[in-house]
Amino acid sequence: MLWKNLDLALARGERLAIGGATGSGKTVLLRTLAGLEPLQAGTIYFNDQALSSWSMPAYRARVVYVPQRPALAESTVKNVLQSPFKFRVRRDQPFPLQLACEHLAALGRNSDFLTQRAERLSGGEAQIVAVLRALLVASDILLLDEPTASLDAEATAGIETLIARWLGEQSHRACIWTSHDRSQLARISDRTLALGEAE
Amino acid sequence: MNPNYINLSNWQLGFAAVLILINLAISVWLRLGLARSLLVASVRMVVQLLLVGFILESVFALQTPLPVVGIGLVMAALAGLAAVRRTRRRFPGVYWNSLLSVLGASFLITGAAMLGILNVHPWYLAQYAIPLLGMVLGNILNGISLALDRFMEGVAREGSLLESNLALGATRWEAAHSLINDSLRVGMIPTINSMMVMGVVSLPGMMTGQLLAGVLPTAAVRYQIVIMFMIAAATALGTLGVILLAFRALFNSQHQLCSGRLHLHKHVDL
Repeated sequence: MLWKNLDLALARGERLAIGGATGSGKTVLLRTLAGLEPLQAGTIYFNDQALSSWSMPAYRARVVYVPQRPALAESTVKNVLQSPFKFRVRRDQPFPLQLACEHLAALGRNSDFLTQRAERLSGGEAQIVAVLRALLVASDILLLDEPTASLDAEATAGIETLIARWLGEQSHRACIWTSHDRSQLARISDRTLALGEAE
Repeated sequence: MNPNYINLSNWQLGFAAVLILINLAISVWLRLGLARSLLVASVRMVVQLLLVGFILESVFALQTPLPVVGIGLVMAALAGLAAVRRTRRRFPGVYWNSLLSVLGASFLITGAAMLGILNVHPWYLAQYAIPLLGMVLGNILNGISLALDRFMEGVAREGSLLESNLALGATRWEAAHSLINDSLRVGMIPTINSMMVMGVVSLPGMMTGQLLAGVLPTAAVRYQIVIMFMIAAATALGTLGVILLAFRALFNSQHQLCSGRLHLHKHVDL
């Protein structure tokens, strides 16, 4: 068992940071919250409703997890960004191309970036694409696993700004962010949970 | 029996074996590492076929349904097991999935062909049932092992891509759909290839057999067409069955990818 008596609540509008040494279970915690790992014991509630009573795709359309090393399909960046809008859960949601271009511009990339092959991107660029895609689809909560780990200072600042803007658009939006970088944790969160200290 | 039919003596079988001995010698000489498996395969082939010859002669003489169905079940079970033994990865229950798919597809298609198309009387006539089932099983075996292998390799290697789609709200079906398509395509490649070139590049074994036994080519061809449709239908059905069962085993109802259920096998046939 990884945790005992782990009691974690995320308030509307809250930005929670999760710190802790490598191997302390930050990733497993985020994956569990995203419903990607089967729960051995305990319950997850979202909007006061147990996860088991949610349809998993509907839940994951609102609570979006971004892995640290995202795997992108062999296709163009535009297709990768567009792919989640083909799922049934977003059937009547059009792909916000304009917003995607604005986000890219904020990160210093023009729309030519959309035509690049996703499988040939560097680790940092793939991470940018994965975070952008999550920003385009997530409606309520973002679960970000070291989203700037492969990025330089400039790109990190750009991603932090975009996430802050996403949070600011609607007051109920919240995010959980893991990082090794203490100064970043202080910058982007209201509260820090240190795993390993929690029993 | 056709008067032109030539019965083969043991001496003639021995001369045929010399053909493979030449290859064995070359393999040993050039150290190709093929000698052992070639030898084992040759001996197995001879022993299995001689045994089957004896068994079939007594089954053909029996004229009761039970032994025919029994032999069919054993053949299908062996094919189901062999299909999994050729994959690199396994998951708990994969043997049952394969057995169920092989058994269902082969009995359904062979049964339908015997009762609905060939109108065999009595329905269990071993002279038809066993060879037809055998040909269908051999092809299902190929299709299932190729498709299963592709599917399990895909889950193992592209797991994070499949999971990233799940994390973005895809249902398990949406996430796995292209991998399922690809696995079915791979499973059907040998069957489609052989239909494409049939009669042009190769004369199929069964037809060759009928021709050697003195059947008119136009009649032999008709049998071959029925057989090919049976093989294609059964392979498609068996492959679809096993991939859907594997899909349900590796993607649970909570739309989670259970790649932890897959494990690598060191000892793989072939």
